[in-house]
Amino acid sequence: MTELVCIVCPKGCRLFVDEQKDFAVTGQSCPRGEAYGREELISPIRTVTSTVRIEGALCRCCSVKTDRAIPKSLVFEAVRQLDGVLLHAPIREGQTVIAQVCGTDVCFVCTRDMEREDTYESVYSGLGSRDY
Amino acid sequence: MFDVAIVGCGIVGAAAAYELSRYRLRVIIIEKENDVAVGTTRANSAILHAGYDPEPGTMMAKLNVEGVRLAKELCRKLDVPYRQCGSLVLAFTPRELALLKTLYHRGKENGVQELELLTKEQTLRMEPSLTPGTLGALYAPGAAIVNPWEYCLALAETAVRNGAELRLNSPVIGIERLPGGFQLSLPTKKVQARYILNAAGIHADKIHNMVASPSFQILPVRGEYYLLDKSAGNLVEHVIFQCPTRMGKGTLVAPTVHGNLIVGPNNEPVADGSDTSTTRDGLEQVAEMACKSVPSLDLKESIRNFSGVRAVSDQEDFIIRRAEDSAGFIDLAGIKSPGLSAAPAIARMAAALLEEAGLTLTEKTDFIDTRRRVRFRELSLEEKEALIRKDSAYGQVICRCETITEGEILDALRGPIPPQSVDGIKRRCGSGMGRCQGGFCTPKVMELLCRAEGKDPLTLLQDTAGSCLLAKETKGGAADV
Amino acid sequence: MYELIVVGGGPAGLAAAYAAWESGLQRILIVDRDQALGGILNQCIHSGFGLHRFGSELTGPEYAGRYIRMLQHTDVEVALETMVLEVTADRQVHMVSRKEGYRVLEAASVILAMGCRERTRGAIAIPGTRPAGVLTAGTAQRFVNLDGYLPGRRVVILGSGDIGLIMARRMTLEGAKVLCCVEIMPYSSGLNRNIVQCLRDYDIPLYLSHTITEIRGRNRVEQVVLAKVDERRMPIPGTERVLDCDTLLLSVGLIPENELTRKAGIKMDRRTGGAIVYENMETSLPGIFACGNVVHVHDLVDFVSAESERAGKAAASYVLHKEEPQSQVLELIAGEGISYTVPQKIHPDKVGQTIEIFFRVTRPRNSSRIRVTSNGTLLSVFKREHLAPGEMEHIRLPRELFEKATGSLELSIEEVIG
Repeated sequence: MTELVCIVCPKGCRLFVDEQKDFAVTGQSCPRGEAYGREELISPIRTVTSTVRIEGALCRCCSVKTDRAIPKSLVFEAVRQLDGVLLHAPIREGQTVIAQVCGTDVCFVCTRDMEREDTYESVYSGLGSRDY
Repeated sequence: MFDVAIVGCGIVGAAAAYELSRYRLRVIIIEKENDVAVGTTRANSAILHAGYDPEPGTMMAKLNVEGVRLAKELCRKLDVPYRQCGSLVLAFTPRELALLKTLYHRGKENGVQELELLTKEQTLRMEPSLTPGTLGALYAPGAAIVNPWEYCLALAETAVRNGAELRLNSPVIGIERLPGGFQLSLPTKKVQARYILNAAGIHADKIHNMVASPSFQILPVRGEYYLLDKSAGNLVEHVIFQCPTRMGKGTLVAPTVHGNLIVGPNNEPVADGSDTSTTRDGLEQVAEMACKSVPSLDLKESIRNFSGVRAVSDQEDFIIRRAEDSAGFIDLAGIKSPGLSAAPAIARMAAALLEEAGLTLTEKTDFIDTRRRVRFRELSLEEKEALIRKDSAYGQVICRCETITEGEILDALRGPIPPQSVDGIKRRCGSGMGRCQGGFCTPKVMELLCRAEGKDPLTLLQDTAGSCLLAKETKGGAADV
Repeated sequence: MYELIVVGGGPAGLAAAYAAWESGLQRILIVDRDQALGGILNQCIHSGFGLHRFGSELTGPEYAGRYIRMLQHTDVEVALETMVLEVTADRQVHMVSRKEGYRVLEAASVILAMGCRERTRGAIAIPGTRPAGVLTAGTAQRFVNLDGYLPGRRVVILGSGDIGLIMARRMTLEGAKVLCCVEIMPYSSGLNRNIVQCLRDYDIPLYLSHTITEIRGRNRVEQVVLAKVDERRMPIPGTERVLDCDTLLLSVGLIPENELTRKAGIKMDRRTGGAIVYENMETSLPGIFACGNVVHVHDLVDFVSAESERAGKAAASYVLHKEEPQSQVLELIAGEGISYTVPQKIHPDKVGQTIEIFFRVTRPRNSSRIRVTSNGTLLSVFKREHLAPGEMEHIRLPRELFEKATGSLELSIEEVIG
């Protein structure tokens, strides 16, 4: 019997998973928790958030995430795939940075719009002084 | 060959350099660390004492009183934050009350103009947050607070602008006598000078012993401090002392020129003079002592702790004299309290000793005797407007807590003694000194440093050589996507 | 003159400005000191945001992006790289920027949304030397996530709040060795999911009831001393252990950033560190509102948005409907077991259908009853299974309840035994 804390939502229910009984889960408050309990013991998965280097934007890094969870065992390898990537502004949120992370069908995507350094201001309407 | 080599650029070395740079001399200041004012000068109570404390007839007494007289004008000329807030020495017992009378007479004998013995009522009216057990106080309206590292910087910068040379990162490893002078060995260079002024602070005895037979020993004494948030800054208006003891002036509570409250020090002899760590016991001691004077002190308002080591020697008085067996080598050693107060007077005495020893002092006609620094925060609305119109860099606020602008940081980078670290910039313009202690502005200051000076962020230092801020880049940028 | 100036373009300011726009204000200006909108969210690249607000688990930048895109369809103006230096009681906003110089802009209403800053080493007085390598978790987060630099290689983290836990994982994934997370309390103040995903996943030990008693190192951190603490949180002599490291990350608390608020003369609450606010987020100065972390430190940005939307709506109402000041005010009292409530004051006749009262408890509680009383009369009771200081709680009070209240309302905790 393994005891673990559910991480699906901030409630953090205490789950009990019985490996002997086909990974039956008790202690959950919702179906997602039950699914998490089984999965966490059988084949744990995680979403990964990280950054990649970007050129021509206001800062040197663009934040990225995996668009779905990947096997926990692949996390370090996935992050290493981001080394050596160099994006160029402008970048749109959701844009794919790396497809098929570690051979899975999961992608790393950008989580932020990043304008070019010289044009970012015009993105906001009405910038500049107005006399009132 | 230089005329004079000054070893050490703390307040004494800088004051001496300033004084000598008035004359047509070739002067070099040799500083061990990567900036000036980073020894005891930056970690003390920042007080210009009125002068009742030193024993009459001593050099300390004479130079204290003369030094603070000179300081007022110097701070004005060289734009050093200075505030004559006055001081109170508190008495909690009848014995201490009697001691106050002694101090009063001592002060009068030393030439302190304004001194007054206050009753309990007068004292508590002047400072309502003092402990009700106060029996009375010695009031010295002439006492002042100053920014000690800016004082040192201002003196050193002015000396440099007037032709003095400054070598940083240059510990003196050896000194040999030469015909007509000395040769000082630095890590990568040798410097020759006719005369040496030994202003090496806690290392003064080591320097002295390189070329003269030992005649004194430095016995370093460490003092720890709390620096409280500006919201506590006006808890007291004057410097609040307790009665002095054998160990020193005791723990004080005082406003700072920045608007903070400084609390400390204690007195702990240390084996290693460069050990400026703070300790749990030391800080507790300071807290206990300080609360005796101001019971409502809330040390939870502290934003920083630090400690400074004073170059106390095995002799009672300052050691300002020519080395007996080494003509041309002049010690300015054992400058404990009131060293900061006495500094400009020590410098004048050093100049007099040099003259006695054969150095001709011819005044320069083109001596630059002013210094001005932009302090954006202190300008009026109109002045701020005009300044930004002149240079838009002053419109970019970098340090939020202290309202320090990019313009001021660039000014710091372009000064006569350029900073070599983020803390060096802090000492010159105040960024990072506020309640977030650089949490917000350090990355911005670093960014600015890289942009303005083309530096690689990985080489940037927090303070001393070796205090790298960053370890490595997170990702290399190679393949394009 | 603007109808509304919002000081701060982070999650609070963005939500407030948008809500004010939706409520009918037309001349709105958001002022932010950074180069882009989003505030602290831009460096919070991890996920966990938006579950309540958008029904989706988003990363910080994505959450900010939602609001930024909403605002792009409005005429709300934005002044970036602009620092507000002062807000006066009569709502003159002094600001300075490279492009526009020093400006004083007048506003019919102001919303303060400046967020918070981190507690530093000085605030907890860790003895030792002062080498490079001691920094707050937020500053480290900025270095790593925005600038692309690792501030150290062997890291000890002091404080098990969420920022510390998040950085434990972040630094590990970037190649640093995180030796441990040290927490002075006997429990962690971070979310359980972060303990699992940030510490357990990477075998990083969590030392509860421990603290750092000394920092060593000449120029850069070389070692820290770890010690166990007793019930009074004092280090126990003899339990010291020396850890070789080059970085000490501090995650020891957040403090609302209220320099401007105090300068304006707004009444403050010592317990929250923020302004005293009414149910509509108005401060003691009419027409000046506050929302987000600047009022009290939140755990979830979703609640920041909700609170800020209330402030935005209230500012719009203030400007458009120019109501007379309310005569009746109910004080909210933080009673037994409650460290603070937000709001601290209520206009009973301004309450809509319901009102949400946010609060924190002074210590962890199991099965408890939250009692709402007025002058000793019990008006309502709420049951909660588990309460912790690290988790902001709330209760919803119906309008009818206020009709029965006089003078003040008190919240208190009663733990249910058995």
